Amino acid sequence: MSKIEIRSPLPGTFYRSSAPDAAPFKVDGDVVSSGDTIGLIEVMKTFQEVPAGVEGKALRFLIDNEEPVIAGQVIAEVEA
Amino acid sequence: MTIRSLLVANRGEIAVRIIKAAKALGIRTVQVHSTADADMLAVKLADEAIDIGPPAPKKSYLNIEAVVSAAKAAGVDAVHPGYGFLSENADFADAVEAAGLTFVGPKGDAIRLLGDKVAAREVAARAGVPTVPGSAGRISNLDAARAIAERTGFPVMIKAAAGGGGRGIRIAGDMADLERHFPQASAEAQAAFGDGGLYLEKVITKARHVEVQILGDGRNFIHCFERECSLQRRRQKVWEEAPSFLLPQSVRERLCASAVALAREVGYRGAGTVEYLYDETSGEFYFIEVNTRIQVEHPVTEMITGIDLVEEMIRIAGGAPLSLVQEDVTARGHAIECRINAEDPARGFMPGPGRIETLRVPEGEGVRFDTMLYEGYSIPPFYDSLVGKLIVWAETRDACLERLKAALENLVITGIPTTVPLHLALAGDDAVRRGEFRTRFLETWLETKFAGAPGKSAEVA
Repeated sequence: MSKIEIRSPLPGTFYRSSAPDAAPFKVDGDVVSSGDTIGLIEVMKTFQEVPAGVEGKALRFLIDNEEPVIAGQVIAEVEA
Repeated sequence: MTIRSLLVANRGEIAVRIIKAAKALGIRTVQVHSTADADMLAVKLADEAIDIGPPAPKKSYLNIEAVVSAAKAAGVDAVHPGYGFLSENADFADAVEAAGLTFVGPKGDAIRLLGDKVAAREVAARAGVPTVPGSAGRISNLDAARAIAERTGFPVMIKAAAGGGGRGIRIAGDMADLERHFPQASAEAQAAFGDGGLYLEKVITKARHVEVQILGDGRNFIHCFERECSLQRRRQKVWEEAPSFLLPQSVRERLCASAVALAREVGYRGAGTVEYLYDETSGEFYFIEVNTRIQVEHPVTEMITGIDLVEEMIRIAGGAPLSLVQEDVTARGHAIECRINAEDPARGFMPGPGRIETLRVPEGEGVRFDTMLYEGYSIPPFYDSLVGKLIVWAETRDACLERLKAALENLVITGIPTTVPLHLALAGDDAVRRGEFRTRFLETWLETKFAGAPGKSAEVA
């Protein structure tokens, strides 16, 4: 079972949901397809969606909500 | 009490600006910073720097306890809040004063009063400052709405009393519209906010955004003329000028006098800005709000009046009376400020934090560049995209535009995208030269003139 990494396209702050009181886009264990949004990156006060970009199952987040990330940093991984 | 040491509770270019003003006054400076800002220019320029927390603003620059603790630990006399962050937070002003320190700005109560839109509108009305025509408060029924709309004229906005941030607003173009929308708006407001209360406000079409710089020491109040800030994108100012050159002199005098009257009404202390919409068809102006802090665009006022607003606000906070009377304030020439953002205007203004490879700053008479950039500096992604302000002054507006073009061409920033190409296009635009712009001008212009312009490129500068 190989793991596939999902990396942040941008530097900024990572958010798991669209608003503080909204449910997260995805939770650990979810199945994802490549068009699914897994979170948002806030960069200079603007928000960009982060697509999974891959298909897989057993999603696992490696970055907590509201944590800073650098471009290319692994945000989550899935099993192929 | 004269201020001998000052903590700067901000970051970026304004922190640099405050430190320079403090140094000119012989004041020791302490700069707070987040862990992401340890290498920012203000940290290098300050006499002392204190780490107040993680990158997220709410954990550092918006953390009242962290900032006040740093101020106490550093043993400073005063705290300057800059703009944004905690600058208009009344609780912060109170916390600073409660710690026995001086807040560079008005008292917490004044910030609270002027920050409340309804209360500020009442203050303006008491001071005789015109507010946007509309209902005095809530309106109870359609008959009352009809009577108000007959008085104000159309179009009118039907606003939910409990709404905000653009929610719960409908526009009625005539009486039939009003009669149709009013019951629906009330039902919607009830459903959305649990409160069906409505009020009416006239829509000011073709409005310019004009604002007046005020200074007060609690007893004496003066204005430093007006700024024109109509060029905005998504409600953010992009380009500002002083003076508002098409404003008739008689209107300018009434406008500036009204801002002073408002300052006097609340016993204002510090530097502030009274914002207005100006309807040039009717020649009327209407109060919008008061900003109780230094503004991003304060340099255009400094360039035409020769007054250092940041130094003046520090002196006032230290207990000194205003160093000027109204007759001392004279305006000369014309100034324009371009906000240089780390955004790519060719890609929908996508922000682009990154490392500055080359920085070449234009110099010469009437050219000023307020910035926190230096070669090798990495702009963090956690804060806003403003990286500098190019301010140009000349004897006339036409000469100012020419000098601005040359200055923009000589401003070289590589390593990040910037809005310099946008400003070059604006500086060369006929409508901008004629001053034919209002608050909605720029967004339309971007779609019709800029997006379609051949040869637009992020490589222009």
